Amino acid sequence: MLPEIGQFSLILACILSLLQTVYPLYGVRTGHQGAIRSAKMFTVLQFIAVAISFVILAYLFFINDFSVSYIATNSNSALPWYYRLSAVWGAHEGSLLLWVFLLATWSIAVALMSKNLPVESMARVLAVLGLLAFGFYLFVILTSNPFERTLPYFPIDGRDLNPLLQDFGLVIHPPMLYMGYVGFSVAFAFAIAALLEGRLDSAWAKWSRPWTMAAWTFLTVGIALGSWWAYYELGWGGWWFWDPVENASFMPWLAGTALIHSLAVSEKRGVFKSWTVLLALSAFSLSLLGTFLVRSGVLVSVHAFASDPTRGLFILSFLILVIGGALLLYAVQASKVKSRGRYELASRESLLLLNNILLIAALIVVLLGTLLPLVHKEIGLGSISIGEPFFNRMFTILIVPFALFLGIGSLFRWKRQKLSELVKPILIILLLSLCSSLVFLFVFAPALTWLAMLGVFLGFWIIVSVGYEIYLRSTHRYSFIIGITKLGNSHWAMSLGHLGLAVMIIGITMTQNYSIEKDVKLAVGEHIRFEHYDFHFDQISALNGQNYVGTVGTFSVLHNQQKIAVMNAEKRIYTVQRMPMTEAAIDAGFIRDLYIAMGEQLPDGAWAVRIYYKPFIRWIWLGPLIMALAGFIMICDKRYRTKKQPLTDSKNETGEQNA
Amino acid sequence: MLNKRRILMLLVPFVIFIIGAVFLATPLLKGSDPSKLESALIGQPIPQFTLQDIFDQDKQYNADIFKGQKMLLNVWATWCPTCYAEHTYLNKLANQGLYIVGMNYKDNRKKAIRWLNELHNPYQISLFDESGLLGLDLGVYGAPETFLIDSHGIIRYRHVGDLNEQVWNDKLSSIYEEMQ
Repeated sequence: MLPEIGQFSLILACILSLLQTVYPLYGVRTGHQGAIRSAKMFTVLQFIAVAISFVILAYLFFINDFSVSYIATNSNSALPWYYRLSAVWGAHEGSLLLWVFLLATWSIAVALMSKNLPVESMARVLAVLGLLAFGFYLFVILTSNPFERTLPYFPIDGRDLNPLLQDFGLVIHPPMLYMGYVGFSVAFAFAIAALLEGRLDSAWAKWSRPWTMAAWTFLTVGIALGSWWAYYELGWGGWWFWDPVENASFMPWLAGTALIHSLAVSEKRGVFKSWTVLLALSAFSLSLLGTFLVRSGVLVSVHAFASDPTRGLFILSFLILVIGGALLLYAVQASKVKSRGRYELASRESLLLLNNILLIAALIVVLLGTLLPLVHKEIGLGSISIGEPFFNRMFTILIVPFALFLGIGSLFRWKRQKLSELVKPILIILLLSLCSSLVFLFVFAPALTWLAMLGVFLGFWIIVSVGYEIYLRSTHRYSFIIGITKLGNSHWAMSLGHLGLAVMIIGITMTQNYSIEKDVKLAVGEHIRFEHYDFHFDQISALNGQNYVGTVGTFSVLHNQQKIAVMNAEKRIYTVQRMPMTEAAIDAGFIRDLYIAMGEQLPDGAWAVRIYYKPFIRWIWLGPLIMALAGFIMICDKRYRTKKQPLTDSKNETGEQNA
Repeated sequence: MLNKRRILMLLVPFVIFIIGAVFLATPLLKGSDPSKLESALIGQPIPQFTLQDIFDQDKQYNADIFKGQKMLLNVWATWCPTCYAEHTYLNKLANQGLYIVGMNYKDNRKKAIRWLNELHNPYQISLFDESGLLGLDLGVYGAPETFLIDSHGIIRYRHVGDLNEQVWNDKLSSIYEEMQ
């Protein structure tokens, strides 16, 4: 009975989302106040309906109802309860339900939290969100219903969740990522609403900015979690594979990053408006494209666990309607927008434009790298493959100007900047960052390479210039101590966000240049020296998990004769799917990770063991976390909380706020 | 006049999008399963090549190794996470007595050898195609890919993507059984 209620509730949500689109728009057209205000009500009702259906699916997983075929294929009664719950989004049908549920969550958040938005604009925004939801509901109900029954012959037990997904990282990675993907729908809806209204002004930028920031923050955390998961779970010590699905999440992130910067310009200076709208449309379009690529099976990838051409066709039609429609509307309406602000070539506006250009260039690199093999074949030129070296080379080239201009960009004034004033600060920054990066490498690096020097220098260039900029800004009017307390939230957010990038650049540089890996043959009782660490293979024992069996090797690690860690590397065999998995043992540290992966047992009883030494790899994820924290601080800026009087407020702060 | 030109310029994103969409739509509309890329080489013999053995640089192979019995040619690489997922199933097929030739594609020899030692080696012969030359001749789209080759060395089928129980049972096994 419950699955039917869930299904019914989903259909109800679908109808409500259509009403949420049609009725308020009718109200806006005719000036019918009741209809305009109904948008909020429909949004709330739609949210309740889809929430019921989502909770029911989760509950069915919890009680092991294998009469539902989605559950029978993706769960098992031996699975611990928390993985049974996360199995809800372990495959296609459920993750789409999660998608629409999150879309409804964002919609209700917009409906309840934007108190100072005019009711008509609100009605338009919610109508657009409703339309998006409607498309996705149709998709779920028509092509991928999670509540489909296996009756009358249902299995006694399920086929189990893919072992790769039975992991804490995968419990939270998809919801975070989807929060980001779906969150860009809000920016999209704001942009469409503004285009419909024909009113693109700073107020529009101001309304959509915190929402965009929130979505970007979630996406940042989501991608970082995915990378962290790949690192410890796939057992190869890598942290990014340029896999099409990773790229699919990276593209909206790049567009989103460009968007949060250009929104800042549009809000503060009233320029770049039509460009910002285009970015808002692109960020969400790329999220949709990501969904399309993953779900249609157009690109084959490790993630494409449920590819199906009919689904692909549905998403593609939806994609063409939504994106095509949005871009057409853009072409017609954006031509009416007039920029009023003026700025000179040497100004912060120009540098932010450059930031956007570089980010878009990176986006195009990823887009081409992902789609070109496909297009190439379609034109009939035969198949090509584009791999890691291409992406790595392109990003190494792009990051250099990006980081250099990022560092000095925040020193530039709005409108115009005398370059001669910047000579001294730049020389100071150059000197300090050269010294600090050399000291850093001298302490932490075993040898110097040009690439490592470049990367670490870029990282310190950003750190030093952020510090210098904070110093300059706080001593501008007051003494340093007083001045630093007067800096606004968004100024801190900008500085932190940039620091996050610097941390990540240093992490990537150190990991890529100084990682060491070694394959050894070890028997119990033997030990090996590796990078000032002594690894003792203490024992091997049997392992019995709820739904797997296996062996675990215990290693104790000595550094300077002192025991610093005991590491347990596991080899598991998941009993239902008969799938072997390597659970690497990782001793995490701020400046290095030790990583042990068990291989096969050799005929003579010894084991093949792989040991990695990964310097600064934690920084790769620490950086995005700092960026996400920056995003969070930005959203908390009181300027987005206070009601009405924003005009005077923002003028006072303009001098101090950037981002 | 100026406004018209502006609209035309603003139409550029739309036009680019439509072109992109057409490219994405064609494989779907053709009704072709994207994981079943037709190869111009189906029905053709394996192209000529000379490649080193992955374990032994002095050992070389040519197209003659594909003659004499029906077999699978599996294209893989250590940089490809899907290959990792696929590997278990290849081991299973090898245990069932299938003759599988592995082609390590655009990869690092050391890493590849380690992979085979660690994950178990399902291949009777392991070719090392570092430059991707044979891959180019075969029209390899990415790793993993699997070709079914009959005893005369003729390519009979090409599967793009990972090999698993379902794919094998649904499509490949019947073709394999019919092959001579």
